[in-house]
Amino acid sequence: MEQFFVFLLVIMMLLGGLAAMLLKDLLAATAATSVVSLSLTAIFVLMRAPDVAMTEAVVGAGLSALILALGLRRLGIWQLDMPVKSRQKKAGDQ
Amino acid sequence: MQQFFSMLFLIGLLFLLSILTGLLPFATPPMLIGQAIQQQAVDATGAANLVTSVVLGYRGIDTLGELSILFAASAAGGLVLGKTVRAKKAASENTGFILQAGTDLLFPLLLVAGLYIVLHGHLTPGGGFQGGVLLATAFFLPVLVRPGTSVSHKLLIVIEGLAGASFIAIGLLALYQGGEFLQPFLDKGLTGQLLSAGTLPLLYLAVGLKVGAELAGLLANLSTEQDGENDHVA
Repeated sequence: MEQFFVFLLVIMMLLGGLAAMLLKDLLAATAATSVVSLSLTAIFVLMRAPDVAMTEAVVGAGLSALILALGLRRLGIWQLDMPVKSRQKKAGDQ
Repeated sequence: MQQFFSMLFLIGLLFLLSILTGLLPFATPPMLIGQAIQQQAVDATGAANLVTSVVLGYRGIDTLGELSILFAASAAGGLVLGKTVRAKKAASENTGFILQAGTDLLFPLLLVAGLYIVLHGHLTPGGGFQGGVLLATAFFLPVLVRPGTSVSHKLLIVIEGLAGASFIAIGLLALYQGGEFLQPFLDKGLTGQLLSAGTLPLLYLAVGLKVGAELAGLLANLSTEQDGENDHVA
């Protein structure tokens, strides 16, 4: 049973990583990296390492996504009230 | 050609990793020193959380190195990003009711959770690093929601400096007491109580405050937009 869950989580991580590479929308790619970290958190819990899982959840899923999103905002690719279309266009221009 | 070589490298790495992981049974790493620490750690340090007893008791100086790495990283970030940024006061973008109300609800919860994780680092999973990041996120959320507000950098610097200095001071006090640098001293107390494990909770409090202040400063640096910068890049 545990093996099955781990298999599922690894597949989710792979899909998240692929999405982060292939997505044109950079904000969505940032969210995809969070998905990778979140699945990794669950794997750490299954491996009975709650301390590491906590760090991964806080730093990997929370803080790094926040820093990436802020970086996008600073570069002018993402603004708070920007529609999706123009975001993709700007990301394509970079 | 370059792509071919990177492909070759990736395949080799994958092969190596699959061999390494194929030999190991899942979730049971080959422990050499772990057994000894598991048997002794609770008696030696008084901390119920074995990870904390390793991080601060057995490997305290590694933690100090980790802190200095974090400090260097945040200093470099500040150097690159924070060239006397003046936050735009006039920029009061309306970020929407849902984000504002959600932040007002989340702020106290994040604060309590962060402090809990820091202060119970020697009893339950978690500790200074995780709790510190949570605290930084809690104090950063209002900045994210109301772009006009700025964080007091002076206060952050004072907190960070005091926390780092107290970490080293506790280590030097241990030296003064006749032990090694950063060796836990004080009364070990009853394992499982909040006031136990000697100096470990104090050290973790210092770590938490330092990490929180550093990351809050870094996030604040990142979030303040400079006038006209967007036009240059976009």
